[in-house]
Amino acid sequence: MGAEELDVLFQERIDANDKIEPRDNMPEEYRKHLIRQMSQHAHSEVIGMQPEGNWITRAPSLRAKKILLAKVQDEAGHGLYLYSATETLGITRDELIEKLHAGKAKYASIFNYPALTWADMGAIGWLVDGAAITNQVSLQKTSYGPYARAMVKICKEESFHQRQGYEIIASMAAGTEEQKEMAQDALNRFWWPSLMMFGPHDSDSPRSGNAMKWKIKRESNDVLRKRFIDKTVSQVELIGLTVPDKDLKWNEKEQSYDFGAIDWDEFWAVIKGGGPCNIKRLKHHKKAHTDGEWVRKAAAAYAQKHSKK
Amino acid sequence: MSEVKDTQGQLWEVFIQTKKGLPFKHFGSVHAYDKEMAIQNARDLYTRRGEGRGMWVVPADAIVAVDSTDDESFFDPSDDKVYRHPTFYELPDGLKNM
Amino acid sequence: MDNLSLSKFCIRLGDNCLILAHRQSELCSHGPFLEEDIAQINLGLDLLGQAEALLIYAAKLEGGTRTADDLAFRRPERQFHNFMLTEQPNTDFAFVIVRQYIMSLYLLKTYQALSTVEDETLSGIALKALKELTYHERHFSMWLKRLGDGTEESHERTQTAINELWMFVGELYEEDAIDLMAQKASFAPTGAEMKTFLMEQINAKFTESTLKVPESVYMTTGSKNGIHTEYLGFLLTEMQYLQRAYPDAKW
Repeated sequence: MGAEELDVLFQERIDANDKIEPRDNMPEEYRKHLIRQMSQHAHSEVIGMQPEGNWITRAPSLRAKKILLAKVQDEAGHGLYLYSATETLGITRDELIEKLHAGKAKYASIFNYPALTWADMGAIGWLVDGAAITNQVSLQKTSYGPYARAMVKICKEESFHQRQGYEIIASMAAGTEEQKEMAQDALNRFWWPSLMMFGPHDSDSPRSGNAMKWKIKRESNDVLRKRFIDKTVSQVELIGLTVPDKDLKWNEKEQSYDFGAIDWDEFWAVIKGGGPCNIKRLKHHKKAHTDGEWVRKAAAAYAQKHSKK
Repeated sequence: MSEVKDTQGQLWEVFIQTKKGLPFKHFGSVHAYDKEMAIQNARDLYTRRGEGRGMWVVPADAIVAVDSTDDESFFDPSDDKVYRHPTFYELPDGLKNM
Repeated sequence: MDNLSLSKFCIRLGDNCLILAHRQSELCSHGPFLEEDIAQINLGLDLLGQAEALLIYAAKLEGGTRTADDLAFRRPERQFHNFMLTEQPNTDFAFVIVRQYIMSLYLLKTYQALSTVEDETLSGIALKALKELTYHERHFSMWLKRLGDGTEESHERTQTAINELWMFVGELYEEDAIDLMAQKASFAPTGAEMKTFLMEQINAKFTESTLKVPESVYMTTGSKNGIHTEYLGFLLTEMQYLQRAYPDAKW
C-alpha cells in the first residue's frame, strides 16, 4: 500500500474518532507534531517545579508546606507520565532532555515569570493550573491513545492543585491589609500571562490547522481562553479582588465576558527568550543535570558490575 | 572498567494489580538503572495515591508486541518492539528542530 | 512520664523530623533524574507528616497556648532540639544519602520502641511512621550501595561525606535526664542499645558498599541543650521568614 493510501486510511480513522496507538501507521508529520507537543508539555511540568518550588522552604505553616510539597511532587509525576507517553513514539528520554537544553524544545512560557511572593503560590495554583485544566480537559479526547490516557490521569490529580491555590489567595484576601495587597498584586501579575497560556489567536497559529485536522487539538485557543475567563471572573469577585482588565465586561447577548486586548508583543518576546526567567530556568535544569552526572554514572556502573546477580 | 556512559537508565514498563483478584494492568513506564530501583521508582510514581497491591516491572525491550491478533502476518521478528522505532527514516544532516 | 517531660521528648523527635524534612524539601527540582526527584520529595513529605503530628502532640502536652506552627516557626535557634546531623546541608547527593541513611536507622529504632507504648497518640504516630521509615531505609541503603560501589568518583564522594558527618553520630545515642525518663517508661531504647543497633547496621551496610567507618573521631554534642552548628540559623531564617515578617497574619 502506498504512502498516500495509508494517509487516507489514517485520516478515516481520525474522522471516526479512533484512538491511534504507538505501533499504528501514522503520517510522519503527525508523529513529529506529537513528539513536539507532548515533550513540551512534559518539559513544562518539570520546569514548573522551579517557580512553585521557590517557596517550599519558606512556606508559612506546616500544613502549607505539606500541601505545596505534595503539589510539586504531582507536577514531577505529571512530567513523568508525559515523558512516558512521548517515548512511545520512538524517542528516548536522553534525546528529549538534550533538545530542551539545546533550546530546540520549549516549555510553557508562563514559567518564565518569577514567583515573587507567597501569594504567587496561590495565583499559580488557581490561575496557571486553572488554565492548564481547561486545556487538559479538552485534551482528554486527543487522538493519540497514550497522550489521552496521560491527560485523564493528570486531570484527576489537577483539581486538588487549583483548590489549593484558590484557598491560599482566598485566605489572604480575607486576612490582614498586607496579605490582601499581596494577593491582589499576585493576581495583577499572573492574570494576563495565564490568558496567554492558551496561545495566540488560531488565525495566528501556524500549526493549528493540522492539529485540528488530526484531532490532536479538539478546540480552538480562543474558545478555551474564553471558557477559562468565564469560569474564573466570578471566583475573583467572590473573594473581593479585582481582575486587572478595565475592558472586562459581561456580554448579556453572548452570555460570556468581553475582555481587553492581550499584549501579543510580550507574548512573542517571552516565547523567543525575552522573559524575566528564561535564562534562569534552563540554567537551573542544566545544572541539576550536570551535578547529577556522577550519580547517574554510579548507578549505571553498579548495575553493570552486578548484572549477573 | 570501561568508561561509563551517562544515560537516563533503561525504560521499564509498569503493571499494577489494584485489588486482589483483578488482572494486572499497564500503567505506564519509568526509568531506572536496575530492577530494585525500577520497583521503587514505579511505586513512587504510580502508587502515590494508594493505587496498588501487586506490581510488575518489565524492561521495555523484553516485551514482544504484535499489532493485531487477526493479521495473517501475525508476528514479524524484525518489528516486535512495543514502541515505534524511527530507525527506518533517513533524516538529512543539518536538520533543525526535530 | 509527666506531660512536660513527654512534650520535651516529642519536641526533640519532632524537631529531628522537621529539620530533616526541610533539608529534603530543598532538593526539589535538583535531583539527578526526575524519578529520584519524586522519590526524595516523597520521603520529605513522610518526615514532614511525622513532624507535624509530633509537634501538635507536644503543644497539647505543654498545656499552654503554643501551637505546632508556633513551635516550628517562632522558636529561636537555641530552643531547637534536633540533632546537629539533621541540619547539615545538602552539599552533594552523597551527603544527602549518608545523612538520611543514618537518620533513618535512628528513626526506625525510635519508632519501634514507641509503637508499643500505651500512649495511643504516640503509638499511632509511631506505627504509621514505622511503615514509612522501613521504606526510607530501603531507599537510602539502595543508594548507599550504588554510590559506594559505583564509580571511583562516587566512592570518594561518599567516603568524604561519611568522614565529615561522622562527628555528628555520637549525639544519636547520648542520654540525658529526659532520655532516662523515657527509657524508664519504655518509650525509648537505652543509649547502649541504640549505639549497638546503629553500629551493627552501619558496619554491615558500609562493608557491603565498600565504605569505611572512620577511626576514632571527635564526637560533637549539645543539641539537646540548644547548641547547634552555624547552619541552623540560616535554615531557620528561611523557614520562619513569613511568620516573623507578618506576625499578626494567619496563613
